[in-house]
Parts: sequence; C-alpha cells; structure tokens
Amino acid sequence: MKRHLSGFLPFLLLCCLAFAPARAQDAFTTALPGLAGSFGQIAEAVEKLGTSADPRALPLLQALQDGRLLKREDGTLLIQTAAGTTEVLGGSATEAGTAEAVRVNNRVRGALRGALGSLQILSTDPDERLKAAEAVFRSRSADNIRPLETALSRETVPAIRTQLELSLAASRLASPDNAVRLQGVAALAEVTDQNARALLLETKAQVPDLARQIDAAVAKIEGRLRVRQVVETLFQGLSLGSVLLLAALGLAVTFGVMGVINMAHGEMVMLGAYATYMVQEACRGTFLAPVALPLAIPAAFLLAAAVGAVLERGLIRYLYGRPLETLLMTFGVGMILQQAVRLIFGAQNREVTSPAWMQGVMTLPGGLQLTQNRVWIIVFGLLVLGLVVAAIRYTRFGLEMRAVVQNRRIAATMGIRTGRVDALTFAFGSGIAGMAGVALSQIDNVSPNLGTGYIIDSFMVVVFGGVGSLAGTLVGALMLGVVNKAMEPYAGAVLAKVVVLVGIMLFIQRRPRGMFALKGRAAEA
Amino acid sequence: MSATTVTLPATPRVTLRLVLWGAVLALALIPLLNQLPESSALHVGDFIVSVTGKWITYAILALAIDLAWGYTGILSLGHGAFFALGGYAMGMHLMRLIGPRGAYGHPVLPDFMVFLGYQELPWYWLGFNFFPYAFLMALFIPGLLALIVGYLAFRSRITGVYLSILTQALTYALMLAFFRNDMGFGGNNGFTDFKELLGMALNTPLARAMLFYASLVALVGSYWVCQRVSISKLGRVLLAIRDAESRVRFLGYSTTQVKLFVFVLSAVLAGLAGALYVPQVGIINPGEFSPGNSIEAVIWVAVGGRGTLIGAVLGAFSVNALKTWLTTAAPDLWLFALGGLFVAVTLFLPRGLVGLFSRKVQK
Repeated sequence: MKRHLSGFLPFLLLCCLAFAPARAQDAFTTALPGLAGSFGQIAEAVEKLGTSADPRALPLLQALQDGRLLKREDGTLLIQTAAGTTEVLGGSATEAGTAEAVRVNNRVRGALRGALGSLQILSTDPDERLKAAEAVFRSRSADNIRPLETALSRETVPAIRTQLELSLAASRLASPDNAVRLQGVAALAEVTDQNARALLLETKAQVPDLARQIDAAVAKIEGRLRVRQVVETLFQGLSLGSVLLLAALGLAVTFGVMGVINMAHGEMVMLGAYATYMVQEACRGTFLAPVALPLAIPAAFLLAAAVGAVLERGLIRYLYGRPLETLLMTFGVGMILQQAVRLIFGAQNREVTSPAWMQGVMTLPGGLQLTQNRVWIIVFGLLVLGLVVAAIRYTRFGLEMRAVVQNRRIAATMGIRTGRVDALTFAFGSGIAGMAGVALSQIDNVSPNLGTGYIIDSFMVVVFGGVGSLAGTLVGALMLGVVNKAMEPYAGAVLAKVVVLVGIMLFIQRRPRGMFALKGRAAEA
Repeated sequence: MSATTVTLPATPRVTLRLVLWGAVLALALIPLLNQLPESSALHVGDFIVSVTGKWITYAILALAIDLAWGYTGILSLGHGAFFALGGYAMGMHLMRLIGPRGAYGHPVLPDFMVFLGYQELPWYWLGFNFFPYAFLMALFIPGLLALIVGYLAFRSRITGVYLSILTQALTYALMLAFFRNDMGFGGNNGFTDFKELLGMALNTPLARAMLFYASLVALVGSYWVCQRVSISKLGRVLLAIRDAESRVRFLGYSTTQVKLFVFVLSAVLAGLAGALYVPQVGIINPGEFSPGNSIEAVIWVAVGGRGTLIGAVLGAFSVNALKTWLTTAAPDLWLFALGGLFVAVTLFLPRGLVGLFSRKVQK
C-alpha cells in the first residue's frame, strides 16, 4: 500500500505541474480583453489577474498603474517601457502609433492595490514581499485569502511570515462566511498588536453575531499589550536610570568619597560630549570613522580627568573642609567652562552621529522593540560601574584612596602622598563624568549647557542612594529612572520630575542619609 | 594690618551709620534728578532710575539671603524661588488689573487664559484683584513654602550642602512646574503687558518714582528688621548655630525653631523683593526660578561680605552694576567675570568687599 502511494504521489505532482500553468494561462488570457473595456470591466479584469498568480500579470498591472499600458483601437494591448513598446500577448516589439493609454478611475485603483499586493507577496525580493504583505493587511479583501495562503506556504523569512499571517487573518475577517471569520479572529487573538485590536473591534461592529468571540480575542490581545507596555516602561526607565547612573557615578566618587561638592560636574559631562564630537570630526573620512565612538571613550575620560586634576590642584584643595565655599567656587568654574566652550564651539548644538551598529531597533520575541542605542547605554553604564568598583576595590590607587578617606593623617604616616591621591581621585571622578558625556552625546544635544540638566538629578541620585555608597548610587539611579518613566504616561514628563523631586525630599525625612547609609564614625563627618 | 595703618577718628559704628544714611539720601535723589530738564548737568536718565530701582529690590533679596547664610549658616540655593513667588503674586494682581484691555478683551480672564480656553478664573486667582490681598499673598506664599520646606529639612537635620542641594532642587522643580501651561500661570511666557498699579499707569515717570521710593523704603525697613534680629539675643544664637550647631543644641536651644524662624523671615523678605521687582521690570516668567538666578544672588552676598548686612547690600549693587555694564560692553565676558567672581571671592576674599575695609578699621 505504502509503496503504491509513493508511486502515486509523484504522478499527482506531475499532473498539478502540468495543469497549473495551463489553467493560469487561461485566467490570464481570458482576463485580458476586459482591460480594453469600460472602467467596471477593467476593475474586474484586474481582480482576476490579481488572483491568477501568473508571472506576466505583475508587470502588466504595474504598467497599468503607471499609465504605461496602451490600447489600440482594435483592442490590442501594448506595454510601454524605457526600452520600447511590446505587445502584451506574444511579447513582440512594435510601434506605439496612435495607441492611447488605458485610463483608470478610483475603483480600478482600489482593485489595482489589492491585486498588486497579492501578486507582490510572491515576489523574489523580501522587502517587496514584506511591503506587499502590509499593503494586503490594509486593503483587506476576502479575495486575498487564496494568494496569501499560497504565499504563506512558500515563505521562509520569519518577519514576513508574521506579517503574512496577520494579513491572512485580516482578510479572513472580511470573508462573508462566519466560519472563515472565526478562523481570522482566532489567529488575530494570538497577535500582540494595536492594529489587530482595532481591526477586531471594527469587525465586531459590522458582524454582531461574533461579538462574544471577538471580545474574548480582544481581551487576550489587551492583556498581552499591557504586559508588553510594562516591560517597555521598565526598559525605558532602566535606560534613563543608566544615564543617571553614568552622570552620578563620578559624583559618587568626588562627593561621596572625597566629600567635595563639585558643581562643575555637569560641565565635565559636557566636556566629555565635546570630546566625543572632536574625535568624531577627527576620524571623519578615515578608516577609523566606524570606531570613532569607542575611541572617544578614553579621549573623553582623559580630557575630563585632566581638567579635573587641574581644578583640584589649582583651586579646590585650598578649600578643603569648607564645603559651602567649594560649592560656590566650583559653580563659578562651571560657568567659566561653559562660556569657554560656547565661545570655542559656538552656542548651537553639535551633531554626534551614532555608528551603524548602534542604530536601529532590536525586536525581541513578543514584538517587543528596543532602540539599540538605549540598550548600549545600559550595557555601558553597568560596565563603567563595574570598572569603578574594580578600581576602588582591587587597585593600589583604590586602596590608597580608601586609606586617605578613612584617616588622612595615618595614611600620610604610612607613606601615602595624600595630595597626589586627592588629585587622582578627583581626576578619576571627573573622568567618569567625561565617559558619561560620551553616552549622553548619543541621546541628547551636544550643547554647552548639556550638563546643567543632569547635575541636579545626579545629586538627587547620590543623596537618595546614600552618600559614599556605590550600591546606593546604582539602586538610586535605576529606581529614579523607572519611577520617572512609569509616571510619565499619567502625569507627563515635567510633572513626573516634580513629583520625584518632592518624593525624594519626603524620603530624606525618613532616611536622612539615603537608602544605603554609611554607619559609624564616618557618617557624622 | 601693620602699625602704620591709621585708625579712623570716629568710632566705626557712627561712621557706618553716616555712610548708610548718605547712601540712602543719594539714592532718594535719583528720581528727583530725573525730573530735571534734560539739558541740566545733574539730569539722570530714565534708564538709571529703572535700573537702580531694580537693584534696590535685589539688595532686599541679598539681605534675605545674608540673614539665612551669613548669620545662620543656611546656604539656600533656592531663594530665587521665594523672590519669584512674590513676583508671581504681584504679577497676578497686575494681570487682574488689565481687565478688559487685553488683546482678547475678555472682561475678567487674562489673555493667556482666553487663549488656553479657560471658561472662568481658577480658584487660586480669586481675590488677587484686591491689592492688599495680593500684597499679603506675595509675602505669605513664600513664607508658607519656606515654613514647609524648612520644617521638613531642619527637623531631620539636613544641613550644609545637603540643604543647599535640596533648595536648589526645589527651585528647579518649581521652574519646571511653572513652565506648564495647565498650572494657570501663563506657562512659558509668564505675565507681561501690565497696565497700572494702584491707579497709576505703569509707564509714567510718576509710577516709576513711586515704585522706586517704595522699594527704597522696603530696603531701609528690611535692613532695620535684619539689624534688629542680628543684634538681639536671637542674633547671638544665630551666629552660634552657624559656627557650631550641635553645641547650641546640646546647650538646650531648639535650633530647629530658631532656624525655621530665620528661614521664613528670609523667605518673606525675598517675596517682598520679588513683589517690588515685577512692576518695575514689567514681566515675570518661569526663568526667574532657574537655579542659576538663586546662586547668582548668593554670590552678591559673598562679594559684598556675608555676615554683614551692609555687605549684602553693597554686593547686590556692585555685582549688578558690573553686570549691567559688562553685558552691554562685552556680553561674552560677563559669564567669565561672574565665574571669576565666584572663584576669586571664595579663594581670596572670604569676607568680601567689606572685609577689605573693616580690616583697616579694626586694627
């Protein structure tokens, strides 16, 4: 029996192969004369051609759409191309002569869109197939069910398959048969998409019989959309949080560890962003252009660190133990830096372009879309945090720094040059701010007052998290970011910020030293 | 410094008083000199009158900051918020007085409300058409805000730079809030196009002179109040809190209450300054809340000499004179100069301009 069947199948296939073209040819040739007739006849012919799946139908319909399809008085159809004029049947070259263009009206155009879509989903170009699949989703006609099924059976690209399934379900909804419609409803219920939801609600209004099933499907979609929205908000919050983390990490070192209030911290971030811009300009047109951004990271670190070291040795060290004066003085330094950059680079924004590997959108399963550069910023933020922790915990410099913080005099007695450690620590904190500038140049305008927008938020993060605690800085930054983004849809960006600021002020009431307060003697200093 | 320094014949206190009254009289002359014919050698232009009037209100703000910072050690970087709130209260009164003369000609609603589609006045705008109420609010609202913020902050012993950052965040938050249109305070553009105050058209020399004198009286009054506070027993406690707060607390003083009193008084003075400022400059917008403004006001006090009332006033006048001159003569240099002032004063002149003189006086 099995053997018998295995012999029969190829035969069947052969029959299909032999007959299919013949039938298609029929459809194509029988539809053709309609194109020379009235608008109604043209539209009918176009619809027939659309379902014919004949390879000659696509160029013909495209010609019709572009006004390149001509007809002679005797009804012969010609296609005009840049190369010349050919007859549709037979394909022999000929002269256009007195032939005039076949005209179309709105009804024909509508039919053309659907027909072209169903033909293009069989195209060899994946982009064209995807576009066609989307067009079919919008045109929504039960006639498209067959071509879509054919296309789906052949399609291998996952993204196009998804779109095709969506379009097929949408076309099924347009069918007059309730059983077919239900198939569409069932398929759409599995899709997480606003359009699917809107489409279902539309169908519900037209076909009240299916209201119950449609409601169930819509509820399913909405449930998943909610989950997706939560995840998306979380992602946006984390990405904002990692920006805050980057901006606040340097402060956590200079303010948290050294106790130096540096109001010019925002300007260090700004310098880092301008360093990125300069590296990009220097690399422009050379083979280094694609890696300009990674190259900018050490450049930004070094520039900001150098400025920080000069600032500490030249000015800040004379004001140790007088935090309020330090605050005012560094504010003045920030003003001078800002104005200097404004004079050198001009007040207008500078453009820092993202390299290709950072652009675009990453699509996760479930239709979740994440912007690539935000993902990179989260990665970068965590990386920098790891570096800072490692530098403080495992390097000799980190050890000396901790020693000086704990007890300056004894550290000096042990042979540590405390002045040098101060300068290095401050330079380190400033350098981290510079690296934050590299990240910010990707998502914000590079302008002289880039830093001012972040300085208050960064201080809030450090105070909220607990001064002197890197873990506090991490948790504080991410929490502030997520809370900010979670409130935005309800309260708007500005009010969300205000509420967060007020919230922190109230939080400090309960935990005046932040979430991760230092314990013991150091806390009172 | 050295033995060669000549001691001044009169006691410093009397000299100071003479100089002060002389300065007040000189200021009082300015609007009168403005009345002289333009050909006169002593004629003072309109610009000088309006700009000096503005500086006088700045001097009141500087006094307020000095009382909190110089005397009590509370460095508020949010005093601009109290100033702006006082200004907004006065601005609301001035907007109500425009009445049907606005561009849309609505009998009650200010132009921006008509534009934004308001049907009636929000409740918090009611009563602002009465001057006494608006004036009271200009003092009350900043005082109330200072009371709330100060209570929360001082109670949990937030001091030093933490308080500075907190107050800065406060004014930043208020700035963001006032930029919003749906707050009912004109959003981005704030209030402007004022017509009159207390029956005087604002663009007349008379109104200008009256506002000038009102500001001057307010300055003298504020100075008097601050001086009373500073030489009282309370003033001693303030200085003690500034220098060693924990010790004062251990001695049995309620530092929270004392600081709260000073902070609220300071905010009320700042509100008064703002209320006098707005009718003179003819505009108030959320930019007044920007943290930069507050910190600039702090530097006036630092330049003049904190911990001395005369220093605050002197600083407000001198820095703003420098600003007015530089922003026209060399606009690019102003921010360098201001930044340089921050650095120079903190590093080299911790006692400000007054420190330069008093050192000689005391030796």
